[in-house]
Amino acid sequence: MPIENIIFYAFLGLTGLSALFILLSKNILYSAFALIATFIGMAGIFVLLGAEFVAITQILVYVGGILILMVFGIMLTNRLSQAKVETEVYNKFFGILISVGLFYILAKAIEMADFANMGWMKNAPSSPSSVRDLGMKIMTDYVLVFEVIGILLLLALIGAVRIAGNTREEGADAA
Amino acid sequence: MYAFLFFLNFVLIYTIFAVYAERKISAFIQDRYGPMETGPYGLLQTVADLLKLLQKEDIIPLAADKRIFKVAPLIIFTSVFAGFAVLPLTSDFGGSQIETGIFYLLAIVSLDVIGILMAGWGSNSKYALLGAMRSVAQIISYEIPLGLSVVCVIMVSQSLNLQEIVYQQGIFINSIDPNAQNFLFGIKALGIETTHIGGFLTWNIFRIPFFFFAYLIFFIASLAEANRAPFDIPIAESELVAGFHVEYSGFRWAMIMLSEYGMMLLISFLGAILFWGGWNTPLPNIGAVALADWTSGEPGTIAGHLWGAFWLVSKALLTVGLQIWIRWTYPRLRLDQLMNLSWKYLTPGAIILVLVSALWRLLMI
Repeated sequence: MPIENIIFYAFLGLTGLSALFILLSKNILYSAFALIATFIGMAGIFVLLGAEFVAITQILVYVGGILILMVFGIMLTNRLSQAKVETEVYNKFFGILISVGLFYILAKAIEMADFANMGWMKNAPSSPSSVRDLGMKIMTDYVLVFEVIGILLLLALIGAVRIAGNTREEGADAA
Repeated sequence: MYAFLFFLNFVLIYTIFAVYAERKISAFIQDRYGPMETGPYGLLQTVADLLKLLQKEDIIPLAADKRIFKVAPLIIFTSVFAGFAVLPLTSDFGGSQIETGIFYLLAIVSLDVIGILMAGWGSNSKYALLGAMRSVAQIISYEIPLGLSVVCVIMVSQSLNLQEIVYQQGIFINSIDPNAQNFLFGIKALGIETTHIGGFLTWNIFRIPFFFFAYLIFFIASLAEANRAPFDIPIAESELVAGFHVEYSGFRWAMIMLSEYGMMLLISFLGAILFWGGWNTPLPNIGAVALADWTSGEPGTIAGHLWGAFWLVSKALLTVGLQIWIRWTYPRLRLDQLMNLSWKYLTPGAIILVLVSALWRLLMI
């Protein structure tokens, strides 16, 4: 077996096992750490599929940013309130029903879609992804979308500052 | 693969001597002798310390979260060491030359925050938890000016590949792009071509003079990223004993120290590569006195490897020396001063520099 395949299956195993762990673990903090492992495993799969840029963005945004804030939040609430934050299982019957149904629909759809023979897949360049091309496309063909996302993020930032700043009471000496 | 073996051994040996240098330099600054007894000039002091650390009992606090506590030092070291994977050491040797090199490096290094959080939380100690909280808040804040100052370089070099960024800063620029030219201060209108003069004239910091300020921001932010004084409130001895690694002992503690020094080295390498010409020689060709050609070999030859490694490693180690010097010179910042510096001065300054580098790039073409 070529070494790429071994690495691919290793990342696949990491992703699958850590996702299972999220489901089965009661400790919410362990689940958060397992989610980090899931995302890293997915980043590895992205790299092996030739989507290097997506993989690194995944690590930077999801693992480096969002998940760390999540873990931070869990830790602050957990240790300060002295109460254990645990997940419990509710609605077992409907939960399993919905997830199995969703899985069936997705699996069926992916099987029927036959991605490999779609027009845009066949026309796609076979060369490895180029950051330069991506940048050019973003700044020309998709510049409107890019700018709109930028404004959306700015709005979210201003909103966050407004919500957080409203409840804060600073003394005169706090600089 | 060879780069992996090289960097692993290099980081280990470097750490031993960096700790020794730290002790000697701090002793010199504080008018003491420092280590004297073990070996000539105390040179073997750190080796002896290391042997002691390896033999020590691995103590895990009874109420600690054992799984998280045990794995945290490994995660910190792995994420710092993963950053070395893309560093070009010489013109033809180094880590992976992926197209997204610097982007990868910044992303993977930011993962050490996870390890720090795990260490702080898993220890089940107030000191450790407070230290971890401070550390994470600081690292996340300072990633922004750090990233923006790196963006300045990327805007000028038009590449995320670290090896390509280095090639652009020296006399071998034409081996990656036959039509590329370098001009004095990067201004084409001046008409002074420095493509074949090389030396420090084509380094980014000289090619684009205002990069000095970008490097200043980069350097300050990198001190904070490595939790070094004057940004060491996460491990402030007088308040928190030792911050997030207060409960660690023996080999696990050694791993944490190793990753701290590894981070210093990584960030020094990165600064040298982005701003100070990487493995390029500082000496320019002056007419018939071809100093640049004499002090750098053709890419791929043995001379090229040796000269390249020599220049890059000396630049990085000088920067580490500077970090040590600063640590023992300046007092630490208070938490609010720290946040002020990052958000009110460094970040706006870095944003302005990004704008200026976009304009400067227009002068270069």
